[in-house]
Amino acid sequence: MSGPVTGGLAIETRGLSKHFGRQSAVDHVDLAVPHGTVFGFLGPNGSGKTTTIRMLLGLAAASSGTVSLLGQAMPDKLHDILPRVGALVEGPAFYPFLSGAANLHRLDAAGPHTVPSTRRARVDHALERVGLEHAAGKRVHAYSLGMKQRLGIANALLSPRDLLVLDEPTNGLDPQGTREVRNLVRSLANEGTTVFVSSHLLAEVDQMCTHAAVMSAGRLVAQGPLAELRQAGNARLRLVTPDGGAARQVLARLGLAPEPAQPGAAGQPRPEQLERGGPAPGLPGALRTQPDGETVVAALGTDAKQPALLPEDVVAHLVQAGVRVRGFAVERESLEERFVALTGEGFDVAQ
Amino acid sequence: MPSSVPADIPEAAGTARQAAAPRRSGVSLLGSELKVLFGRRRTWALLLALAAIPVLTAIAVRVSSAVPPGRGPAFLDRITQNGLFVAFTAMLVSVPLFMPLAVGVVAGDTIAGEANLGTLRYLLVAPAGRVRLLLVKYAGALAFCIVAPLTVGLAGAAIGAALFPIGPVTLLSGGVVQPQEAALRILLIAAYLAVSLAGLSAIGLFLSTMTVVPVGTMAATVVVSVVSQVLDQLPQLEWLHPWLFSHYWLGFGDMLRQPMVWDSFGSNALLQAGYVSVFGALAYGRFVTKDILS
Repeated sequence: MSGPVTGGLAIETRGLSKHFGRQSAVDHVDLAVPHGTVFGFLGPNGSGKTTTIRMLLGLAAASSGTVSLLGQAMPDKLHDILPRVGALVEGPAFYPFLSGAANLHRLDAAGPHTVPSTRRARVDHALERVGLEHAAGKRVHAYSLGMKQRLGIANALLSPRDLLVLDEPTNGLDPQGTREVRNLVRSLANEGTTVFVSSHLLAEVDQMCTHAAVMSAGRLVAQGPLAELRQAGNARLRLVTPDGGAARQVLARLGLAPEPAQPGAAGQPRPEQLERGGPAPGLPGALRTQPDGETVVAALGTDAKQPALLPEDVVAHLVQAGVRVRGFAVERESLEERFVALTGEGFDVAQ
Repeated sequence: MPSSVPADIPEAAGTARQAAAPRRSGVSLLGSELKVLFGRRRTWALLLALAAIPVLTAIAVRVSSAVPPGRGPAFLDRITQNGLFVAFTAMLVSVPLFMPLAVGVVAGDTIAGEANLGTLRYLLVAPAGRVRLLLVKYAGALAFCIVAPLTVGLAGAAIGAALFPIGPVTLLSGGVVQPQEAALRILLIAAYLAVSLAGLSAIGLFLSTMTVVPVGTMAATVVVSVVSQVLDQLPQLEWLHPWLFSHYWLGFGDMLRQPMVWDSFGSNALLQAGYVSVFGALAYGRFVTKDILS
């Protein structure tokens, strides 16, 4: 396979928006997916991930904004771009009355440039790649969800692609299948294919991706290399003390902004936000009474912007002020907490 | 799914990138469409149901006593003398409801069926191209319009030949033609009906772009054909009659005259062409700008 175009962006959107009536499903999204990355597209259900993907692929028209894939404008150059793009959009979909192989033959025949003489070989190869060669002759009607998912991925791999857009590729797969998809994505990335994976499974993105973007309520609230996203999460100190009030005063004097004592109250605004982030809701549960006292949580400041206050110094200050320190820990946010911080918590689907 | 990097198939490598070899004819897609349409059980069930019309008619006539002249559908009383009349009778009987029903199922399913399965989005990202897909889908529906009347005609001729004597056929104009010539007339009537159903197919195609519920579009297409035929019966709406797509549906009697009269064939073809252009344009306008959210 020819190498990827180095530099430049595989996917670039500018101010991409989609309204359904008065409701805004996607709101000014500026995605930037570099070539050769495995890019995780995160967001809770209903955050606009799939709508964004539909616009990327020319299935839905943008209300405003532009999309460019592999350096060319969509949907103007759709016929030139899409043959180089493999896609799994909102779950696999097949003709239940056709066999797995017949389905792939059909979808391959739909492409304008696919070569019929190599079709059988390409279909067999794609089926083999997802481990479906033994079920190729079975009707899709008899496939399990996991098998359909694999067939959907096989469809995306029918031709050599420069970009793969995989919407929830491990949905319905068993742990074994999930591992296989992860390995497959890695091997594709090694071949130079840019892989754009949407997911609401953080562990999956954590293990698979080099970059990620987070959607929330139709807006892009963060994007960048995964390591950067993780670092952007604050370190926090967690203090257990019977002298909560005094401890808070000390912490405030040190400029640490301890979270208020009311349980479930909104937290302090975070000292830093990612480029497009709005005010993120705080972590609830600032007050938890325990036998040893209450727990006081405070952000420890960021490594980059201000000289870090060393945790041991904080403890020294607290002890000096007569605060009985019964427990002290420094916690760094996991990707999951970062995700929750960016997208909000709970089961409420946005809007 | 081997985790190692498998070697690419040599011939396949790079084909996607070499967009320089354009093959936009859509022959592949049309072939695939016909294969799927005529490969699925539902299509066969429809054709079998259509074929059952002449078979049941012939058997009923065979096992019952002679049909008194003037009773039942036209030609029915002639079947016992000449088996070829089974074909004419069956085609006549199937025109008002059975043909539109079968065509409604196929035409109504064209886009809505794909949308319902979700395969529409995969066809479009292949990318099939919206115009190309619409044309291929309509071509598939037309193919069914050709096959359906042919099925009735051929099944009728076959069962007629099996159960009754075959002989020279007396035409509506009083002339007599040999059985071979009569068989040709059966094919001509099938062609007439295929043309007749082209307009309805275009309506079905348009309705099919409106929704993702194929059953709805199938029913709507059939209802439209029934409404058109009912309106065609109301003398108060006589000014409207020449514009109804079903107006010439029963006009194929002209194929049974000697010499043949082509007037209704020509008027019918023109009318159907009008419906195809109007509803084809509507389907195009709707489908090209439609957001595929299914």
